[in-house]
Amino acid sequence: MNSRERILGRVRRALAKAPADETPIVRDYLREHGQRTVAETVELLAENLADYRALVHRTDAAGLPVLIAGLLDERGAASVLVPPGLDEEWLAATGVTRVTDRAESTPDELDRVSSVVTACAVAIAETGTIVLDGSPDQGRRRITLVPDHHICVVRVPGQVVSSVPQGLERLDPARPLTWISGPSATSDIELDRVEGVHGPRTLEVILVGED
Amino acid sequence: MSGTYLGMPAFADAAREAVGNTTLRGNLRHATHTIRAKRAKAVTEVSDWAELREAGKRIKDHTLRHLDRYLVRLEESVTAAGGVVHWAADADEANEIVTQLVKMTGETEVVKVKSMATQEIGLNEALEAEGIHAYETDLAELIVQLGKDRPSHILVPAIHRNRGEIRDIFAREMSEWGRPAPEGLTDSPAELAEAARLHLREKFLRAKVGISGANFMVAETGTLVVVESEGNGRMCLTLPETLISVVGIEKIVPTWQDLEVFLQTLPRSSTAERMNPYTSTWTGTTDQDGPGAFHLVLLDNGRTDTLADEVGRQALRCIRCSACLNVCPVYERAGGHAYGSVYPGPIGAILSPQLRGTGSEIDASLPYASSLCGACYEVCPVAIDIPEVLVHLRERVVQGGEVTREGNKVVLRPAKGHAAERAAMRAARWAFTHAGALRTGQRVASRTRRFHPRTLPGPGRAWSGTRDLPPVPAEPFRDWWQRTRGGKDGDR
Repeated sequence: MNSRERILGRVRRALAKAPADETPIVRDYLREHGQRTVAETVELLAENLADYRALVHRTDAAGLPVLIAGLLDERGAASVLVPPGLDEEWLAATGVTRVTDRAESTPDELDRVSSVVTACAVAIAETGTIVLDGSPDQGRRRITLVPDHHICVVRVPGQVVSSVPQGLERLDPARPLTWISGPSATSDIELDRVEGVHGPRTLEVILVGED
Repeated sequence: MSGTYLGMPAFADAAREAVGNTTLRGNLRHATHTIRAKRAKAVTEVSDWAELREAGKRIKDHTLRHLDRYLVRLEESVTAAGGVVHWAADADEANEIVTQLVKMTGETEVVKVKSMATQEIGLNEALEAEGIHAYETDLAELIVQLGKDRPSHILVPAIHRNRGEIRDIFAREMSEWGRPAPEGLTDSPAELAEAARLHLREKFLRAKVGISGANFMVAETGTLVVVESEGNGRMCLTLPETLISVVGIEKIVPTWQDLEVFLQTLPRSSTAERMNPYTSTWTGTTDQDGPGAFHLVLLDNGRTDTLADEVGRQALRCIRCSACLNVCPVYERAGGHAYGSVYPGPIGAILSPQLRGTGSEIDASLPYASSLCGACYEVCPVAIDIPEVLVHLRERVVQGGEVTREGNKVVLRPAKGHAAERAAMRAARWAFTHAGALRTGQRVASRTRRFHPRTLPGPGRAWSGTRDLPPVPAEPFRDWWQRTRGGKDGDR
């Protein structure tokens, strides 16, 4: 008998006398917490992002390129990683060297890049979370991990949901997902939160109003 | 389970020593009190906590009730998504599978995401014996590994260390393992985190094999979920070419939607955050993004034996949040090492004796590592009635009875150490069923009460060593009742 059969056999014997499964799974928890207007939901997202030490900026489509260029300048970025499907307009105002997200790049090469600019798949207001799903405007998972500075653009209100249940509904489990709530952090020293460990230590989120 | 803790003394002996360590007690008190208050706040922020907790409990119970079906379903989905599924009945088999998988890559180094399952099976030691170095990358695990120490908490394995101790370990040990700690390192948590970042980065960037556990596995989609804070998880899950995940079979949830419950309750219960900084989900392999090879090792190692126990099986609902540790008065004083297992605290006290059996001194003593105050049950996000299971396991230790070990039914004999307790219970039963003897005995006890010792002699000494003997009243209750008709005559 192989281990697969052995384990499945043990499970079946263990459950042989278990009572039938009669308690239904009741999902009477809330789909979202509280009632908010669309504008209030966006406001909550901004608040919760900032609460976990993300830097939040707001602009419109026309102001976006200048804002991104300014943030890269402020940071003194020498180079910026660009996902293949990123809207070219977004980087129109910056002269910082662009590094394309390629499968062949080694981790060491990525480590030498200063910043990365991506879009996102969805943002969750109640938890201050942005979710990336590897779409062409977000790129491979590693490009938002190795550089120390991540600029993420959220289209509001279209990409914003209130809650975790609503967020999961919008996401495709087949895609590799990265949920990001603030810059990397640790609670490992005396259970006190310290921001900035292995992931990007600076996370800037730009909320771009849709016209 | 692993042999790491073989020969551990019984909980009470280990705890007695730990309680005398004032640094340890200070560290634990500070850390558990900090997190306790934060958790309470994070939980009150969501008005439907009770409903989320109940849903989490029911999802897990339903999954366990049909575990065979969901395991097969998971295997199908993971395989369809490009992963390879392996089954390991025990620790040795899991270690063997992982070792062979690493050897096939030709690598002698692996980076690890913090994982309870691989701690449980002693994977690092097994790999080391085959010449493969496993680097822990979670900050607390790194502190434990560099300090040649043992984990003492599920979430924060180095909770027993304060910042000064951590600084000393980094300054002394980092150079042995790779990049040394920066000159003039202080004990500020930010600087310590920075030192870990620099030390581990070279390991992440050159790693070809990553090893992880998982917080959840979704049967219908084949998706694995890792919840973390530091980004070390993301490094290990995305940079290497090969990813091996070792996951207990009870970590399954049936559907993608089920995550909406646990992704709300887990972060608030464990680190007291609305959401942890990073959550990664992956389904098999993705073309040109992340590891090209993915292996899932499904681990039994005592879980099916636990499942066979009607009362005890609820322990398998555990999502390893560690809220029960943080709130436990016994854990706070004794610390995690006294539990002699990678699973300390209240959940460890019911999990270890079920996964490993109650054969060893430490495992037989764990059901007693509690005052049964019930705080653990109250905070548990999947409503595991830990006191109920503790009492159930005490009964098993004292009275013996039928249990399942490695899939086979065996009959346990009553534990030896409880002979005096059983004799006392037998004597009590006889006295309570012989009214005349009870009356005489009570009167003698009342009249001689001035001469009663403050501690019991002989085998009773251990019992009275930690308790005050109850004072015997001047007049037995039944005599008082007969004399006064229950106080109706006004005589009190």
